[in-house]
Amino acid sequence: MTLLAAANGISLPGTDDPINVSQTVGFALLAALMIWAAIRVVTTRNVVHAAVWLVVVLAGAAAQFILLAAEFVGVTQVMVYIGAVIVLILFGVMLTQAKLGNDPNLSRRNWYGGAVVAVVLFGLLAFATIDTFEDAKLPEDRRMALPAAEVGDGEVPRTESNTGAVSDAVFGAYLLPLEVLGVLLTAALVGAIAVARKD
Amino acid sequence: MTPAQVLALDPLLIDVDWGVVGIVVLKVVVAFTLLLVSVLFMVWFERKAVSDLQNRIGPNRAGPFGLFQTIADGLKFFMKEDSIPDRADRRVFVLAPYLAAVPAFLVFAVVPIGGDFSDGNRGVIRIFGHDTLMQVADPPVGILFVLAMSGIAVYGIMLAGWSSGSKYPLLGSVRASAQMVSYEAALGLSVAAVVLFSETLSTNGIVAAQVPWGWNLWATGLVPFVIFLIAATAELNRPPFDLVEAEQELVGGFNTEYASFRFALFFLAEFMNVVTMSAIIVTLFLGGPAGPVLVGPGWMWGTIWFTVKLLGFLFLFVWFRATLPRFRYDQLMVLGWKVLIPLALGWFLLLAGLKVADGADWNPIAVVAVAAVGLLAGYGLLASALWAARRNRELEGEVSI
Amino acid sequence: MLLSQFLLLSAILFSIGVYGVIVRRNGVAVLMAIELILNSVNINLVAFGAMHGNLSGQVFALFIIAVAAAEVGVGLAIILSIYRNRRSVALDELDLMKG
Repeated sequence: MTLLAAANGISLPGTDDPINVSQTVGFALLAALMIWAAIRVVTTRNVVHAAVWLVVVLAGAAAQFILLAAEFVGVTQVMVYIGAVIVLILFGVMLTQAKLGNDPNLSRRNWYGGAVVAVVLFGLLAFATIDTFEDAKLPEDRRMALPAAEVGDGEVPRTESNTGAVSDAVFGAYLLPLEVLGVLLTAALVGAIAVARKD
Repeated sequence: MTPAQVLALDPLLIDVDWGVVGIVVLKVVVAFTLLLVSVLFMVWFERKAVSDLQNRIGPNRAGPFGLFQTIADGLKFFMKEDSIPDRADRRVFVLAPYLAAVPAFLVFAVVPIGGDFSDGNRGVIRIFGHDTLMQVADPPVGILFVLAMSGIAVYGIMLAGWSSGSKYPLLGSVRASAQMVSYEAALGLSVAAVVLFSETLSTNGIVAAQVPWGWNLWATGLVPFVIFLIAATAELNRPPFDLVEAEQELVGGFNTEYASFRFALFFLAEFMNVVTMSAIIVTLFLGGPAGPVLVGPGWMWGTIWFTVKLLGFLFLFVWFRATLPRFRYDQLMVLGWKVLIPLALGWFLLLAGLKVADGADWNPIAVVAVAAVGLLAGYGLLASALWAARRNRELEGEVSI
Repeated sequence: MLLSQFLLLSAILFSIGVYGVIVRRNGVAVLMAIELILNSVNINLVAFGAMHGNLSGQVFALFIIAVAAAEVGVGLAIILSIYRNRRSVALDELDLMKG
């Protein structure tokens, strides 16, 4: 905590607001790694390599979630995405075409159109983002506020950690969506078995 | 403007409390060495105990009782030629052993290995003038972190088998990944029962909720413990679930093509996982380092109780290996999907019902009766579905299982 | 930290994912690009949640993770059955309906 407190007091040259340097540096390193890995996911010529690079992107995203004090989402990301979804994809790859070496047919020959679309899309998104949220800052204390009913007078009480708050929300306000999600997962399970069966 | 403001780059060196840094470094170093030493011990212990159970002598040359045998073997590994097969995918082949070894190390970071839990203490000890816990980290999602790391451990095995460019390793790794993903579900469901009673995900909180004798072993009614033990054995690819490296069928499994240092990493990861998984079982079900303080400082007794419980489970895993014959692959999948997962799910529902009844002042006997009827109905549906599926297969002329 | 740095990261990942969906021919590789897109959305949701001190962002991210798991399960089942019928998972060869 002393580290964060020390960092909070420093203002960068050119800005008036305190900025948390160590967190920003961490973000930048993770973001660079994630972007490089994401580019490799869509350009590498081997499906298994693409899956491994995708794991790097997902792990980076989990780290970003922890940076945003959403540790439960981060660990769920590692458990479900990395631990199950990508393993499933790798499993599918090995059942269909576990080729070693490069596969020239993984991408189309003419990638220019895709690149133009991606660049234009990024330009639009970036313009909209910067135009709208020019200097919006994330709060340094990212613990969630307690629900309004429990808030008394004085300062806003904060939860101990966001994990407990997420659990209260999922089994409280979002109970119905959670149940629907359970039905969806069951339907997907049955559907996947029905589609993949031999007959 | 102070120099700190001008630089504004490295706030880590401004106003640092060296006590905190010292504690972190100390904890990491201690946990790392402890794990390595315990792995060295475990390898020796396994060989010696299996020998005794099979009426052999076992390692007895290097050092007293053959204690240095593991070190000798390790040195031999480093001396050997480091070979990469011609057809291998070189980069993935080199990466895979680390993907196996690193998660095994990381899991140990959230295991409480000591501390005084008696008299309402929550395992807090005091060094360098700071209160701290005897575990490297106590994140609020501690036990989920363990599950997440065991999910990552699959990659090492899977990629090792694929990148070897040979069919036996590939078969071994496909078996392994299917097995580990299947049993992770049962593992998670039995952890959910523990979390239901501890009302926290942090490992320290789970231990503190079991003090002094309210171990989850009996608080959750023994069933989650048994399921966790079976599923953990399958996760570890230990006998009787060691189809991954069934020598008679697959030569050596996913690590057939590995040699030297890289093989040593797989070997290390395997035994490290045994130690950490035993530690996790102790934490979840047997109260971790909690126990009575007899004489002397309390923090010492935490470590003593933890070590005693840990040794019990290490022996249990060795005992399994020496006694039980290997499962067939279809039997493994039947046990995982048709027995363990429905059982864990049903038991979790029963425990949740009892918990709700406890809060709402319902009659616990009536709750158990209703739950039993409901679960029996569910079991009946499952059994009839399995029966119908088997009958269909037989009608179609496939081999009956 | 600024909110827009997370949004920009997410925009980059989204664009790369769109590029992948357009350019890849292999069904499994397209699924991976879709995962990239879903993930960029998750980063957005959690960042907005942190900005407003509101839990909905995190809860929605959790839901998206669960839905993605279902989506990959069904998607892979479809790809496996295509592979079984045609011994190939190249998407632009799936033009039987054109006659």
